[in-house]
Amino acid sequence: MLPAARAAWLQQSERVGNPSSLHASGRTARRVVEESRESIAASLRTRPSAVVFTAGGTEADNLAVKGLFWARRSVTGATRIIASSIEHHAVLDPLEWLSAEQGAQIRWAGVDELGRVSLAEVAAGLGDGTDVALCTVMWANNEVGTVQPVAELARLCREAGVPFHTDAVQALGQLPMDLGDLGADAVTISSHKIGGPFGVGALIVDPRARLTPVLHGGGQEREIRSGTLDAPGIAAFAVAVDYAVTTQRARAIRLEALRDELIAGIRAAVPDAVINGDTEPGASHRLPGNVHASFPGCEGDLLLMLLDAAGVDCSTGSACTAGIPEPSHVLLAMGVDQALSRASLRFSMGESTTRADVDAVLTALPGAVARARRAGSLAPQAS
Amino acid sequence: MRVLVAMSGGVDSSVAAARMVDAGHEVVGVHLALSRSHSVTGGRSKGCCTLDDARDARRVADMLGIAYYVWDLSERFTAEVIDDFIDEYQQGRTPNPCLRCNERIKFSAVLDRALALDFDVVATGHYARLVAGPQGTELHRAVDPTKDQSYVLGVLSADQLAHAAFPLGGDLKDEVRAEAEQRGLLTARKPDSHDICFIPDGDTAAYLHRRLGSLPGDVVDAESGDVVARHDGTFAFTIGQRRGLNLRMPAEDGAPRYVVDVDVESRTVTVGPPALLDVDSIEGIRPIWSGPALGAVPVPVEAQVRAHGEPVPGTARVVDERLVVDLTEPVRGLAAGQAVVIYQGTRVLGSATVDRTHRVVTA
Repeated sequence: MLPAARAAWLQQSERVGNPSSLHASGRTARRVVEESRESIAASLRTRPSAVVFTAGGTEADNLAVKGLFWARRSVTGATRIIASSIEHHAVLDPLEWLSAEQGAQIRWAGVDELGRVSLAEVAAGLGDGTDVALCTVMWANNEVGTVQPVAELARLCREAGVPFHTDAVQALGQLPMDLGDLGADAVTISSHKIGGPFGVGALIVDPRARLTPVLHGGGQEREIRSGTLDAPGIAAFAVAVDYAVTTQRARAIRLEALRDELIAGIRAAVPDAVINGDTEPGASHRLPGNVHASFPGCEGDLLLMLLDAAGVDCSTGSACTAGIPEPSHVLLAMGVDQALSRASLRFSMGESTTRADVDAVLTALPGAVARARRAGSLAPQAS
Repeated sequence: MRVLVAMSGGVDSSVAAARMVDAGHEVVGVHLALSRSHSVTGGRSKGCCTLDDARDARRVADMLGIAYYVWDLSERFTAEVIDDFIDEYQQGRTPNPCLRCNERIKFSAVLDRALALDFDVVATGHYARLVAGPQGTELHRAVDPTKDQSYVLGVLSADQLAHAAFPLGGDLKDEVRAEAEQRGLLTARKPDSHDICFIPDGDTAAYLHRRLGSLPGDVVDAESGDVVARHDGTFAFTIGQRRGLNLRMPAEDGAPRYVVDVDVESRTVTVGPPALLDVDSIEGIRPIWSGPALGAVPVPVEAQVRAHGEPVPGTARVVDERLVVDLTEPVRGLAAGQAVVIYQGTRVLGSATVDRTHRVVTA
């Protein structure tokens, strides 16, 4: 956690008081929450009343997808949803649940080989907006780092009169963000990705948007999200958002340099490695701190193990509950084949990443790739 | 040493891993995912590939402070163990999938990969002992006769055994459980697994019926030649089986009848008196040697044909790459496809897959 965020959390944790209570200590806590709300709104250039605090990004995504769908269906009877095929599981799984249990019809908009959603497919899905309950496309993909054309998507949805949600968890602090300018109906952000505490997030909801609650109870957060507010977590979250946004430009410049160095180094060390996603420079192309590569002939989980032993932390994407690596739905949607998809690793760089870390990856990588190739696959070999 | 421990999430491999850590080795735990159809709600822990087991293995690794990974062997396991199991039954043989898994998965796929990754040995929680002998590593029976698993390890070659470790072979199961309890391992009280892991309800015939469908045929009496029943598939029958035959008429002498032959081509299951099941000469194919290979000269051995069967004395020799075992007393109900493991005292010499059996000495 950022030291300033931790300090804010500790300071507030010493105070008693439920922000919903009317007594003095409740008022003090309420003031901290409201100041945090105003601070976050100012950072993201939106109105304080738009900020709905949740217990993290997953909850905010569920609230957006289910809440927009239910509210719209109850008013217009709309049951169609337009979504990209590369959403995070916190969006993907609620969508699949709505489809299986709630009669939603999902139209999955495809992506190109760089992982960018097809505006034409989204536009075709929207049509004149009839019977479409919502459209959801993430701001930037968490696996391959491809930045999505969210401004154009928001405009298309506005023209069709369809609510638009975007999961901006990966984008916050990495890309310039002006939510007033964007004009989305709902935007998901999360605290722990930007150096704030775990278990805090928010859905930024346009005051005109209609959302059916997922959690019912005390009616907090404009009755959109019931539940006692976590004042220390929210105070620390606001500090982290402020820091993430004010330092975004400098961070992006620094991480882009490290990223491009790592990409060039991987290409030099493993000539047949494939860099996935968009490698063009600029904020509309790729997350500054994301490198995603496939190493033909290697199993990703084996490379991970070897790099782990060399002190390098990286990831293979998502695993099932038992810990078995799953082939990435993002790579498959980009047209990468199963074998190459399993041969992939993501390197995420952030606040604490240094040049020495990039050098450490590049030192360990050639040996790890060679060894992983020797160790081979655990899948049956074609004979 | 760099040691890779195969952690099933059971008590035995947990203690095996703990002992390897105590011995000062560099230990990494790996859970072998043998099936991808994990049931989140199927709570009961049987076999070795449930979600709970993966979590237990991870928790034990956490407690021991060792790195832990899941290796997805599901495709390989399906191809080399499950498909082979079904294929063998289709051909009228009776395979043991646990042996096959040790031979092809744990001490082949996993061992090969471990060696390529610079590990020195693969350790498991099997009950058997490895003893340094004048001609290399010897495989011996475990100290605990009720848990001895040397039979299912009889399919490992000398090379494979040289890179294996079985830290529990010198202990009684009760001692291992007590040790797990003492170490505070959360797996200490987990029940032992007995069934075939991919048939958790233990009903092999029903499983094969689901996989292979209905292939009806006759059940014929060996002595009268009469058709005494119909059956739904030869795969539901194994030599020596007595239960589930559903015979319409009893034998003339009222004695119980057993499956004495399974003919896949004609889909005929033959039943007869137990005397027809006694064999005293076994021919095995694909011999695997735990130590030096035997030759054409018969050597005195004891043969074991089931995981928990009694060893029977006899001699063994190799004729045309076949292991020929002649027994001094007959064994009953031996089916093609089963493994015959030969011992000298506690030491495993090797094994072969039963192909043909004979009755040389008539009773």
